[in-house]
Amino acid sequence: MSWLVKTVNSSIGRKVLMALTGLFLCTFLIVHMIGNLQLFNGDGGYSFNKYAVFMTTNPLIKTVSYGLYAMILFHAFWGLYVTYINRKARSARYAITNSSSTWASRNMAVLGTVLLVYIAVHMGDFWFDYKFGHVPFTKYVEDVTSGQLISQEVMPAGYTQEVKLAAFANEAEGTQTVIIKDLYAEVSEAFENIFIVLFYILSMGALAFHLVHGFQSGFQTLGLNHPKYNGLIKNIGIAIFAIAIPLAFAAMPIYFFLK
Amino acid sequence: MSGNMNINLKVWRQKNRKAKGGFETYQVSEISEDMSFLEMFDVLNERLISEGTAPIAFDHDCREGICGMCSMYINGSPHGPLKGVTTCQLHMRSFKDGDTIVVEPWRADSFPIVKDLAVDRSAFDRVISAGGFVSVNTGNAQDGNSIPIPKDDADKAFAAAACIGCGACVAACKNASAMLFVSAKISQLALLPQGAPEREERALNMVAQMDAEGFGACTNTGACSAECPKEISLENIARMNREYLGAAATS
Repeated sequence: MSWLVKTVNSSIGRKVLMALTGLFLCTFLIVHMIGNLQLFNGDGGYSFNKYAVFMTTNPLIKTVSYGLYAMILFHAFWGLYVTYINRKARSARYAITNSSSTWASRNMAVLGTVLLVYIAVHMGDFWFDYKFGHVPFTKYVEDVTSGQLISQEVMPAGYTQEVKLAAFANEAEGTQTVIIKDLYAEVSEAFENIFIVLFYILSMGALAFHLVHGFQSGFQTLGLNHPKYNGLIKNIGIAIFAIAIPLAFAAMPIYFFLK
Repeated sequence: MSGNMNINLKVWRQKNRKAKGGFETYQVSEISEDMSFLEMFDVLNERLISEGTAPIAFDHDCREGICGMCSMYINGSPHGPLKGVTTCQLHMRSFKDGDTIVVEPWRADSFPIVKDLAVDRSAFDRVISAGGFVSVNTGNAQDGNSIPIPKDDADKAFAAAACIGCGACVAACKNASAMLFVSAKISQLALLPQGAPEREERALNMVAQMDAEGFGACTNTGACSAECPKEISLENIARMNREYLGAAATS
């Protein structure tokens, strides 16, 4: 095992850890973004709330999510450590530098720190409240055959139940009543605040710049550089990770603020 | 040779490795635009010597862009504003009459300043000593095509071998990383059959020495390749990563 410790602690090994965790976090973003698109469903949060229950109760997803939290923390703090080592390599700075590289590539640590703060705030806003705080419950009634939502009603303020989702079938009427922890209402309420909305939009800007360099840089670090695929990797990094995903995420607070 | 350019020079002066350095300003007049940047320094040094002051120390040797000795960080760029050339191949026509030009030494803790603009780049020599060679005598040049090598590999090896080891990559990199240099040296041998027997050992040892010298790590900004007078490709860094990781996993 000593070869592994030695490799991981070499200049290249340290980069590889950044690349592997970074690319894993990129795959997480795809899942997170697609799942959250249900916020736009216009069904009073029914599908989004059911999805939130699934994501927080399914054992496999729960396991992966703990890995994800560890990975986020590792990527952030290992990145700061690597940045510290890299800065130490030049203690006397230049009086003038005429940069021949992109701004994003030179400021990954700054952008990453903004994102770490964002993730802390974001988890405090929703994850913490959902898990430990008081989130209201909402009762949805749906038609079982058509899947149409018939009615929805916020439960009284003091209402609580042991499970996040309780479903009662009413066979005579062909309907189903579902009482769910209403994360959608939390989201909706949080994004009424202009400062939270602006902070989220700004952070998604940081995400875009972080990923426009980070995605392709991860492949280069892993040695995956070939003229046949370089263009594809770069374009996926720009189109999907630096434009589509940050835009979709930024659209969520804007949607609720304007709603 | 004289001309009609007048230049304001701000040059880093530092007595020795330990001393505290600082910028000194010099007016250089009657400079020809056909002079190289180093010849302009020669003119200034002649004057400093005749005035009885210490000339500015700077490295230079072949003055035709192939030895890798010259090393000036000019207006924020290693080897100055022109792409694909060393300082000795930079001419005063790249500047305008009346310009202020700021000249600094390469700045990296692994390249300590010897004096003024001259830095100690022996860290590169130690990296080469760690594995940048083929241990056996390969004899006389082979007959053409006696060892078949794909054209593509030969071209890439040759492009990597164009590295003159000037250290502009380290100077340009925000992390003072030597990975472009080391990867070029690993690549030129890894791509050819003569280098194959020691391929893994070479990658491990050269990277270990590079780390021991205290160079930073690559963050793929690409500044090194953009500033490299020999335009060494970033592809070499990816190859070095593959060579190193493959060697570490199988050694």
